[in-house]
Amino acid sequence: MIAYIVRRLLYAIPILIGVNLLTFVLFFVVNSPDDMARMHLGEKRVTTEAIQNWKAERGYDRPLLYNAEADGIARVTETIVFQKSIKLFVFHFGSSDAGRDIGYDISQRMWPSLAIALPVLVIGLVFNISYALLIVFFRATYLDWGSVVLLVAMMSISGLFYIIGGQFLIGKLWHLVPISGYDPGLNAWKFLILPVMIGVISGIGAGTRWYRTLFLEEISRDYVRTARAKGLSEQVVLFRHVLRNALIPILTGVVVVLPLLFMGSLITESFFGIPGLGSYTIDAISNQDFAIVRAMVFLGAVLYIIGLILTDISYTLVDPRVRLG
Amino acid sequence: MLGLVALALTGCGESAWNTPYLAADAQATVYYSSFAERPKHLDPARSYSADEYAFLAQIYEPPLQYHFLLRPYRLVPLSAAAVPEPRYLDAAGQSLPNDAPVAAIAYSDYVIHVQPGIQFQPHPALARTDDGHYRYHTLHSDDLAAIQRLTDFTATGTRELTAADFVYQIKRLAAPWTHSPIAGLLREHIDGFADLADQLAAYHAQPALERIAALRQAPISGVKVIDNHTFSIRLKGKYPQFLYWLAMPFFAPMPWEADVFYAQPGLTERNITLDWYPIGTGPYQLTENDPNRRLVLERNPYFHGERYPSDGMPDDQTSGILADAGQPLPFIDRAIYSLEKEDIPRWTKFLQGYYDASGIASDAFDQAIQIDAAGESMLTEQMRERGISLLTSVEPSIYYLGFNMLDPVIGGDSERARLLRRAISIAVDFEEFISIFSNGRGLIAQSPLPPGIFGHRDGEAGINPFVYEWRAGRPERRRLEEAQVLMEQAGYPNGIDSATGQALSLNYEAVATGPDDRARLNWLRKQFAKLGIELVIRSTDYNRFQEKIRTGTGQLFMWGWNADYPDPENFLFLLYGPNAKVKHQGENAANYSNPEFDRLFDTMKYLEDGPERQAVIDRLVEIARRDAPWIWGFHPKSFSLHHRWLLNAHPNQMANNTLKYRRLDPAQRQAAQRDWNPPILWPVWAIGGICVLCVLPAWWMVRRRERSTAL
Repeated sequence: MIAYIVRRLLYAIPILIGVNLLTFVLFFVVNSPDDMARMHLGEKRVTTEAIQNWKAERGYDRPLLYNAEADGIARVTETIVFQKSIKLFVFHFGSSDAGRDIGYDISQRMWPSLAIALPVLVIGLVFNISYALLIVFFRATYLDWGSVVLLVAMMSISGLFYIIGGQFLIGKLWHLVPISGYDPGLNAWKFLILPVMIGVISGIGAGTRWYRTLFLEEISRDYVRTARAKGLSEQVVLFRHVLRNALIPILTGVVVVLPLLFMGSLITESFFGIPGLGSYTIDAISNQDFAIVRAMVFLGAVLYIIGLILTDISYTLVDPRVRLG
Repeated sequence: MLGLVALALTGCGESAWNTPYLAADAQATVYYSSFAERPKHLDPARSYSADEYAFLAQIYEPPLQYHFLLRPYRLVPLSAAAVPEPRYLDAAGQSLPNDAPVAAIAYSDYVIHVQPGIQFQPHPALARTDDGHYRYHTLHSDDLAAIQRLTDFTATGTRELTAADFVYQIKRLAAPWTHSPIAGLLREHIDGFADLADQLAAYHAQPALERIAALRQAPISGVKVIDNHTFSIRLKGKYPQFLYWLAMPFFAPMPWEADVFYAQPGLTERNITLDWYPIGTGPYQLTENDPNRRLVLERNPYFHGERYPSDGMPDDQTSGILADAGQPLPFIDRAIYSLEKEDIPRWTKFLQGYYDASGIASDAFDQAIQIDAAGESMLTEQMRERGISLLTSVEPSIYYLGFNMLDPVIGGDSERARLLRRAISIAVDFEEFISIFSNGRGLIAQSPLPPGIFGHRDGEAGINPFVYEWRAGRPERRRLEEAQVLMEQAGYPNGIDSATGQALSLNYEAVATGPDDRARLNWLRKQFAKLGIELVIRSTDYNRFQEKIRTGTGQLFMWGWNADYPDPENFLFLLYGPNAKVKHQGENAANYSNPEFDRLFDTMKYLEDGPERQAVIDRLVEIARRDAPWIWGFHPKSFSLHHRWLLNAHPNQMANNTLKYRRLDPAQRQAAQRDWNPPILWPVWAIGGICVLCVLPAWWMVRRRERSTAL
């Protein structure tokens, strides 16, 4: 398994270089270093000299990809793409173009994101699996048909509607919890109830339908018939046999998102005033802060790769037939 | 289930369940407000935006400020003892009388006396050890192990404000690493500023502490400390508008200790910078800066004290705004500004009583405001029932549709182009624009000068006769037929170029991002279609749009300007030739250039407010109206709502340091919050009941299945 993990990590290097280059090209196709300087220096009374100073201070006065004026290896190293990328590979994110330490900001903002994402994942998982098993238990009955209709309807509704509707009903009309805001520490709970609840509810439609499909596929297999023939109760069949054998596709969906949980959700955090990472990248794009954009894209790619490796490892834990070679 | 758990927990405490604040603060004089965009800069040398000034102006004290109540806007001392009078000198350094001709004036000296006894807010940069050394000026990495934010430094100190702190800040404005947006402007005006900037450029790449040492030692010939509480600034020539700059945070005093403290290795990596943690002498200090969540201002314990103004306008005597005259400031102990990116939660929390004041988003406008038969805006019944009050005022800003005067078709000084621009000015109905896209929150601009700025004229004398006529006591836009006649005279009958026989097509440069933009652009297209002109929308991103304006490759564009200070010079310079965007990288985005206008502008900017200046401004406005480089557009109106417990709210578009005047009645607020937010529980029980009703049959079926036999 170790050889497999090492091989996967080595594969990750060209992927990360590619992601980084792509981010670089896409960003600088839209924004030039001069544009970035103007955005950071403001719109009024900006002089050419001030723009040059800003660029020089942050290393944006170099050529983008190839430095024809330099000699030897410096033709490649004395460029914006090299200077801005190389430190990412040792996870040194440096400072944003506005001057703030990116690593520190990430470490501060990931916790509120996690405070929403983790309960939504866990509660959602438990609820959706339980509900899916219930539907499967009552398959081909009115409860099954009714549930499918309800789930399709829930899937069809935009996530934004759940947020606005939830804020309107629970925060504005019933006055039960704050409509938005956040407090650190234990005081956070009353601000988290509403976004977590909405996160869980908005995920029920798609999640439960997906698990229902998995369980229905499993329930028609021979080992289930054998279990029933042995006289096991339906609950035991479902929870001990069907659920365990359906874990692989469930794990595929769950483990891969685990590392990404702290990246947050843009819309949820914006509407609920949660100081998480959800808006960090979007704000950076609108502020033309390349340092943050490249750091967050790189981090996202790293976490996704980690998620995929974790998924592969988890297969071996739930299915003894799987061997990583 | 989740809801029930939450409800059980939320039920604890006496405050409303949905309060976003701590119960302990309910009775405190805490002002609650919100912000939508995090401030980019809190360094007074860099900050140049109204959003940032909302915080900075409460913390820093430049020499001057605007009087809270008097109009027209008037400068009064803040950290200075008096508003300085300029002393004019000739090239030989001899004094000149105040009415000396501008050409004879080589220098203007401003001597500023600083109020004695002003102390800086408590700050670790000023903390000293028992033997008098600065406690945190030689930090090592071990000292920083437990430091994450500024408040982690246990000791703080203060010292008296001196003239040297003002001089140091002016030198900071010259330092290239400070990136002050007004460095270019000050190079032209402050004697020795350019030399200092050039000298400091050599240190740009040096380590931060070395740069600061160089900055402290470098002299600036035009700015001198005279004594502990007096300093002077020497300007090149005459620049009366300089006094207004002395009321902006750029000129707020900065202790050198702060720069040295923040420059130490390890602090920037912890985001502890001057751009994040200000140090001022004002009524408030920033005690929490988490712009992703909230910013908290607290009373500065060392504030030197100031009194609520005793003089105001005649209306102020009866309105109650002078009830606190002579009272010590500030009234509010703490101000909490929460980040609210979305309009819906911000507006809801205002209606629930959790924000003390609010603007009005377009979506909520009809809920808050109704227009009476006379066209006046008033609060709806729902707002009045809650005791909410409305304050409106015209902003010192202008939004206009600019013609690129370098364009061969629409620009230039030819009569043909001028007539074409005037015809378009009549056709583009900005009254309709304000009504549709701004909920009526705007005042049609008849010239570049908004109301409240010297030179603006009201009534019939103030209308733009090329676009409006005075009928029945009000200005009325000229009829479309008149515009069509102008089109014929310009050689474009019905929008057809008589020379080529082709339909006239113009390009409009736009930054369009959403559906709202599309509606606005469609509206604009229809305005031009009235004259048979095809308007081609060239939509692009903001960077390319700016580039087109900088290089003068566009034809038509929408642009705006928000005044730095309440002087006609700050608006009319937008049409001043030597300030043209393409040639001089100035703020004249239309690239308008008229020698007579430029000559008169040069005269006007040196004149004192009075009949002579008014006459010159009238002529300037007349020239601009005749040449029509802009469609004058509109001056936005700001609408703000205030709860009944927030007192002394008064519109002042120039002053940003108005938090200190505001007063609160927390008991009234708490009572209102309780009344307006009673928890409604029946839906929770109903939902719980429905869930039980759903589960029971399932449970019953499970039981039945388990007990049933196969045969």
